[in-house]
Parts: sequence; structure tokens; C-alpha cells
Amino acid sequence: MTTTPLAYQATAVAARATDLSKVYGQGETQVVALDRVSVDFRQGEFTAIMGPSGSGKSTLMHCVAGLDSFSSGSARIGDTELSTLKDKQLTKLRRDKIGFIFQAFNLLPTLTALENITLPMDIAGRKPDQQWLNRIIDLIGLSGRLGHRPTQLSGGQQQRVAVARALASQPEIIFGDEPTGNLDSRSGAEVLGFLRNSVRELGQTVVMVTHDPAAASYADRVIFLADGRIVDEMLDPTADGVLDRMKAFDAKGRTS
Amino acid sequence: MFRTALRNVLAHKARLLMTVLAVLLGVAFVSGTLVFTDTLGNAFHKQSAKNYDDVAVSIDVFDTSHSDDPEERKLPSGLDDKTLDKLGALDGVASVTPRVTGFAGVADANGKLIGTEWATNGGNFQPGEDGKDRDYTFTDGTGPARAGQIALDKATAAKGGYEVGDRVRVAADGTAREYTLAGIFTTEDGEVNAGGTLTLFDTATAQKLYREPGLFGTATLSADAGASQEKILRETEKILPANAEAETGQELAAKQAKAIETQLSSLNQMLLAFAAIALFVGVFLISNTFTMLVAQRTKELALMRAVGASRRQVKRSVLIEAAVVGVFASVAGFAGGIGLAVALRSAMGLTGAKIPAGPLVVSPTAVGAAFAVGVLITVFAAWLPARRAAKIPPVAAMSSVHAVATTKSLVVRNSIGGILTLLGAGAIVAGAAAGSDGRIMIGAGAFLAMVGIIILIPLLSRPVIALVRPLLIGVFGVSGKLAGLNAVRNPRRTGATASALAIGLTLVTGLSVLGVTIGQAVDKATTANIKADYLLTMAGAESFSPESLRALEKASVVTAVSPQQPVSLTIKDDWVAGSAVTAIDIDQVLNIKTVSGSTKTLAEGGIAVAEKTAESKKWKVGDTLPVTFDDGKKADLRIGAIYEDNELLSPVTMSTELAGPHEPEAYIRDMLVKTEGGASDANEQALVDALGKNPAVTIMDHDAIRNAYSGFINTALYIMYGLLAMALIIAVLGVVNTLAMSVFERQQEIGMLRAIGLDRTKVKRTIRLEAVVISVFGAVVGVALGTFLAWAIGETIKSSIPGYALVLPWDRIALFLVLAGLVGVLAALWPARSAAKLNMLTAIKTE
Repeated sequence: MTTTPLAYQATAVAARATDLSKVYGQGETQVVALDRVSVDFRQGEFTAIMGPSGSGKSTLMHCVAGLDSFSSGSARIGDTELSTLKDKQLTKLRRDKIGFIFQAFNLLPTLTALENITLPMDIAGRKPDQQWLNRIIDLIGLSGRLGHRPTQLSGGQQQRVAVARALASQPEIIFGDEPTGNLDSRSGAEVLGFLRNSVRELGQTVVMVTHDPAAASYADRVIFLADGRIVDEMLDPTADGVLDRMKAFDAKGRTS
Repeated sequence: MFRTALRNVLAHKARLLMTVLAVLLGVAFVSGTLVFTDTLGNAFHKQSAKNYDDVAVSIDVFDTSHSDDPEERKLPSGLDDKTLDKLGALDGVASVTPRVTGFAGVADANGKLIGTEWATNGGNFQPGEDGKDRDYTFTDGTGPARAGQIALDKATAAKGGYEVGDRVRVAADGTAREYTLAGIFTTEDGEVNAGGTLTLFDTATAQKLYREPGLFGTATLSADAGASQEKILRETEKILPANAEAETGQELAAKQAKAIETQLSSLNQMLLAFAAIALFVGVFLISNTFTMLVAQRTKELALMRAVGASRRQVKRSVLIEAAVVGVFASVAGFAGGIGLAVALRSAMGLTGAKIPAGPLVVSPTAVGAAFAVGVLITVFAAWLPARRAAKIPPVAAMSSVHAVATTKSLVVRNSIGGILTLLGAGAIVAGAAAGSDGRIMIGAGAFLAMVGIIILIPLLSRPVIALVRPLLIGVFGVSGKLAGLNAVRNPRRTGATASALAIGLTLVTGLSVLGVTIGQAVDKATTANIKADYLLTMAGAESFSPESLRALEKASVVTAVSPQQPVSLTIKDDWVAGSAVTAIDIDQVLNIKTVSGSTKTLAEGGIAVAEKTAESKKWKVGDTLPVTFDDGKKADLRIGAIYEDNELLSPVTMSTELAGPHEPEAYIRDMLVKTEGGASDANEQALVDALGKNPAVTIMDHDAIRNAYSGFINTALYIMYGLLAMALIIAVLGVVNTLAMSVFERQQEIGMLRAIGLDRTKVKRTIRLEAVVISVFGAVVGVALGTFLAWAIGETIKSSIPGYALVLPWDRIALFLVLAGLVGVLAALWPARSAAKLNMLTAIKTE
């Protein structure tokens, strides 16, 4: 954990959580979803967040991405502190600086693939950067199907369109919530490869929540959550390495 | 199965609320109408029985002194004292009350008439031996005892601010006179209770005014206890002259009750027609709701099928659900209906119509109708959704995909709709071409076309809404784009929602176009042809006195005046209606378009003839016609002019000088007056003064004339609008329903949109725009169909209305469309709010 890859050493932080806590309920029924979590997501890095169900991995992502509120601590996107923002400002922040990929329901069935890709710019009332757009479209390899509606695309193709949408507005950071959760392993590999390329070739920052060690192996870095705390971190992970680490947590959980 | 149905109703309370409301409104309208008319009928029935309680026989003598038949002219034009004495002496007759009645207009302080022209009556005060008249109870002063005295009913005295001893101007014939108010009374007289005025004179004065001295027009006989009305009637008829008519009190009461019943039943039918429209619109809403409920429950129903429920059971469960909703809504609706009936009764009381008091009558028919309508309509509307539910295959329980309507069914639907629409449109056009005989054809065509369009609406929705999409995107950006796309996402649902509005708007537009068109035609026929500033008319079918005409001619503000005096002529054995006018002034007060000749010849003893009459009789200028006047005198008259037909002129026009000698009792009901400097308050007052502040005279300027002729059209339109508002309310409920469903179904989508940066305002705007698009789409379809229908109906009445030309009231049509848009905004209030409040995280979570 002391060895930070040289390539990223000097780079800035795209998103940061400091002592971030999220508590549901009060008194006896109180549930701590996040317990003073501090973590940095560096620019141009592909991070996977892993952990068993209920570990708080999704909550962490939702809080840092401005989708959910938190009880205490701080979360920043770039230089913007999220805790002070109102709903309107949060919405604008998400629109302009963040890209999202969800497990399902990423696309509007009424819009074509291309219209879905440019939707965030449409919402902002901006013209998309045509050169950038072409590059992304080339990258996802769907140029022949841009006029199709989501229902005419396969699950993998739909998720690739979703990734393209997240990239199209050149956000500072992209958050993915189990983006391959609904896909078979081949389609999932396509999408993940595509995400990794966007980090390598376009310098994009990606944070992804997953429970699949194979998916996590595409990341530069994996952080492990359990019971609302960060319990471990792994750089340049491999699927087997992640799986071993996860098994270790499971065993610890069972023995403790 | 019943339990499942009941559970479903309870589980979807909120969802079914709109359905319940729609059924409730319809049922309330139906039961309210029935209870209201039953109650009114009962009250009037009792009242009319009471009115004729102590009337054994009622006698009416017609004034035959002006009859064409010389034999009839010899008959006495009333009942004299001798006849009355004979009647009083008849076996079983307790008393005789003779009356002589006619028109009597009472002036207020400014010389204007109190009350409305057709409910201003005068009569005689007929004291009995005790000095009292049993029909009138004096609250102040006494009955009029001699000439120059009158008594007024309490309300009229109050309206005029008159007290006993005051001088009051009353016109009982063409001239107004001043009388001293001797007393103020109350009475059970129906017309007085309905807001009419009643002036009592002493008997001698009343006889002089309304018949001849010593003669009465009517009499009522009361009977001794136990005496037979029929027997008295038989005896009475032996005494009466041939021009008298006698009827028993029982007959009269029955007749009056019957008349009231007829009136009420037409009111009943009109109200029920509107209830039917409201319910018809409601059917779409109910059907829509159940379709959506079934669609949402596809998996649930499939599971039931998988575990062994038969199709029939599934269908039945949906129908039972509908029936439960129907019963519930009917109970609530019936309660609402009784409230509505009570409200209607007091509303009628407020307008001045006095309705006799009586208990609320809730007949078994009303109860039965309410429940039959409520339950049957709901079950009927749920039939198709129930069938669809039964068709869900058990395998649907396993698959995650919702069953989508197959394109095949839309093809069938569109073909049927297209054929019906074409048939309907064809029938309408054919009906329009057939002229006045085509109305039934148009009616049938209108029904077919409306059903066809409703079936076609889902198909129409795509291209029509696609048309406005660029506008939506241009003005509202991404919200507009999404709204436009969402509106056509489920064409069936959009169609059903828009249909409700389309039906209402078809009727409203059709009525408006027709009303405005006819109104303008009437307008053209009247004011456009009147150059005069004022039209003076005499109330109560009385004639202006010759002195009035002379007074106007002398008045300084009057620059031209002409009477419209009907003249009866026989030309070559044919009776022809003529009018006598002031020859030198007629061109200044009327816009006469001469086809040939000149109206100047009228002053030289010539006559002028309307174009159509001249054509049919083959007359032309210069012809000399043998004319026989009403008094039998003959003259050869030369045609000096032929003019375009004009609503205000008879087929033949001549000068008063020419007609005067032959019509000793000139009957002048209208006079046209042009004043110095045009219509003004001062000029109007000068005319009132010149005519001796006669309350019987109505002075109308152009606006008033317009109102008198076409004002009722507007009033009728406003009543229709009010009633059709019911259909609109139900349509609003339908839009609310559809949107609520859509928002519910698209939760995940909305959550995703919020996550990627669509703010709450834009989410709301998207939903609102969708509602507006659907509503305006329905309105456009309705306006188009309504205009088409109005054109067709207009074609059939064209021939009977001179100057008919279709007028499209663009301002009103625009207003309807704006209102439809507002309906959308209003309907979207709640769904848009709930969409904006949606929790993003729960929304995007997968099931």
C-alpha cells in the first residue's frame, strides 16, 4: 500500500471522501452504513469498490456522487464540497461533472442510441463536441446502430451505449453501479474493457461498485469495504487475488 | 375469486379513486336530475291541485267583436251581470267571481317598465259582500273603489318604491295614465309568485280597459259542499253564449299538471342527455384505468393462471372488481345526487322563479337508475380489459417482459375505425347536400364519425403529435422532446385520454360555431338593415296610439320616424301581408335596397313590392294591381319599386296616407326612430318624455335589438357550456389518471434522468408538457370534428335563415384550445409533483 504507481503520483484528486459517515435511524434502531470513511479517487484512475452486501459500498458511491446525502464528514468532487450544496446545485453538478452507469435502466426507450448518448448535453442545453463524440462512438464500436432504439440492442450493446453517454459530456469522473451486473460474462468483459480503455486512452476517471472479482480485476485499484469501513486496498489487482482477499474477509467474518 | 377481487380493490384505492370519481359524477348527475324533477313535479302537482281547490267551474269568454265571421261578431264579447246572476242561481253554486284581465305595465320613477313584458297583468278588484276580494289579501290600504285608483302586488310596489297614496303611471292600452295607489296586496297567483306584476283596477275601469263596460272576460264558480262539478258544468253550458268555454276545476288542475309534467320532462331529458355524455366520457376513463391495472398485474394474473385459475375466473375477478367499484361509486354518487337536487332547487329559487315548497321525493326509479347506471357502466367499461386479462398466458408469470399489445390488434382497430369514420363522414356530407331533409342522416353520420375517430385516435396521435414536436423541442428543449415522445409511447392510452376531451370539445365547438353563425345571420337580418337609432315596441301586443306617432313626429330630437303598421290586402284573390310606413322617412330609418324603381314613388301613392314576391307573381315596376283593402274598398295601385327581401318589411309596402283611411283602428306595434346626433342617453330620455313616460313602450337601440333577436342564442350557449363542463371535469380526471399511471410506470426512468442531471423543475415540466400535448391533441380533434358537424348542420338550415354564412368563432376556438392546455396543466399538478419528489435511489434500484 505504500507503493503508489509512479504514473499517478503527481496527479490531482478527482473525488475525495473525508470522515464520511452515513447513519440511518436513531437510538436503538440506528444503523451505521458508512463509518468515517476517508478515501481519494485520483484523476485518470480506475477504482473498483468491493465488499459483501450491506458493506456500504453502494452507499459510499452514492454519497460521493451526489446522489445521496450523508450524516457527517465531507465529500468533494474536484474542489466542490457536496455537503453544502442544495438539490438544484447537486443536480447541476451531476449533469456537468459526473457520468453515471447503472446496472439497469440506463437508457430511455423512446430515444435512439445516439439521442441517449447526447442526453446529458441535451438536458444542459449544450451542443456536444462533435469530434469527441465521434471518437467515443468509434471506441464503443456501435456506429452502425446509432439510430436504433434500446429495445433493438442487446444487453451488452445497451451498456456500451450507457458508457458512451457517461463519457460524452467529458465528465470529471464516472461512477458505475454494478454496470455489468445484468450481463453475461462476455458482454461484461466488453463493457469493462471499454471502460478501462477510456481510462487508459482518454484519461478518464472511473469509480465502479462491483461484487464480481473478475470485474474488479479490470481496475487499477480495488478498495474493500466491510461494515461501513474501508478494510483493505489492492493495486493492480488480478481476479484471483481479489477472490482470495474476499474469501479471507468472509472467513474472518465467520470466525469473528 | 371474490376475495381476490376485493383485495385488489383495496390494494389500489388511490388508483381507483379517479374511476370512482368519474362514476360518482355521472351517477350524481343522473340521480340528481331524477330526484330534482320528481320533487318539482310533486310540488307543482300539489300546487295546481290547491290552485283549483275551490274552483268548481271556470268560464272563459272569447272576444269575438273583431272576428271575420259576421255571425260571431254579434255574440256578446263577455259575461254580463245578468248571465252572472243566472250562474249564481244555479243549483250547487256557492259563489261566482267574475274577472276581466289584460295587459298593464307599471312604470318606475323614470317611466321604465317594472318586470318583464310578458308577465305584466291587470285585472279587476271584485269585492264581495264583506268588501273583500277572496283572491287578494291587502297588507296596506284598500282595494281600488273608483276610477283613478289602483292596487299593486307587494313585490311590484316595493320594486317601484311606491306607497299607498302615491301617484303611479300605468299603461293598460297604448297610453299611460296616472293613478292613485289605494292598496298593496299579496296573492297566490302563480304568475305573480313567479315574478310577474299585477295591477288591480276597480271593475268598471277594468271592463272599459279590457272589454266593454258591463262585460267580464272570465268567471270562476265555487260549489257548495258535496255538489258535483260535472253537474254544474252541464248547467252552466246551457246558459253560456257560443263563444264561451267552461271547464271543471278538476279538468283544469289535471291540464295544468299535465302541462307542468311535459315541461319538466323536457328539462329532465335535456339534463339526462348531458348526464349521458358525461357517462360516455367516463367509460373511457374507467376502461383506461382497468387496462392499466391489468397491465400492471400481468405477472400476478399469470401466476393465478399457472396455479390453476381458468380464463373465466380471471375475467370474472376483474369484472367483480369493477362491480365493487361501481357499487361504491353509485352509493356516493346517489348521495351527491340528492345534494345536487337540493342545490338545483335553491338555485332556481335564486333566479326569481318561485317554486312551491314540498318534500324531497326520492323515487325507487331514481335509486334503481342510479345503481343500474353506476354498476353497469363500470362493468361495461371494464369488459375489454377483463377479456385482455383473461388472455394473459400462464407463461407470462415466468418471463420478465410485460406483454405488449400486438400490432395486429391495432391494424384491426385502425381498419374498423377508418371504415366507420369514412362512412360517418360520407353520411354527413350526403346529409348536408340533401338540405333540410338531411338532418337525421347527419345525426347518424355524426355518431358513426365520432365512434370512428375515437377508435382511430391512437393512430392519429403519432403523426399529429409528431407535427408539434419540433416546436416542443425548440421552445422547451429536452423537456419538450421527452414529453412529445412520452405522449405517443402508449397510443391506446393517449387515445383513450384524448377521446374524453375530444367528445366534449366536439359538442362545445359544434354548438359554438352554429350559435355564432346563426346569431350573426340574425344580426345581419336585423340591425344591418336598420338605419334608425331606435326601435320602439309596445308591450302586451298593444298598439301605439296615433297620438304617440304624432308626438314623436313633433319631438325636436326626432329627425325621422316611421311606424310599421300591418295592412291586410287582397290582390287578385290572394291575401298578401302589407305594411304601411311613413313614405318620406322610410329611407332614413331602413336600409332598403331597390332592385328597380324608386321608393320615392311611395309618397305619390305607389306601392313597393319585395323581390321574391314580385318574381313569383311576375310583377314588375309600372304594373298596376287591383287591390282590395280590409274594409272591402278597392283601388288600382301602381308598383313604383321592387326591393330586396328584408326581414323588417312585408312583401308589400305602402304609405300610411294610402292605408290610413282603410284601417280605422291602426295597429302599430313597432316604430323606427332616427334621432339628431344618433343614439344617446339624452335622446332616449327625450323619446320617453315625448311618449308620456309610457311604461309599456320599450325603446331599443341597436345593441338591445341584437340582444332581443339573438341574445337568447348566447344564453343557450352558456347554459350548454355549463352542462358540458361536466364532461370536461371527467376528462380532467382521465388525464390525471393517465399521467399518474405513466409516472408510476416510469419511476426508474425518471430516477435515471434525475441522476444524470435533469432537475426537478424540468422533470415537472416534462410531465406537464405531456399532459398539455395529450389534452390539446384531444381538443384539436374535437374542434375539427365539431366544426365539420356544425358546417353540415348549417347546410341543412341554410335555406330557412336569410343571410346565412358559416362563421368560425376563432376567438372562442382559440379559447377552447387554451382551456384544453390549462386542463392539461391542471391535471399534471399532482402527477408532476410526485414525479419530481421521486426518490432517485429507490427508483433506479432494480427490482
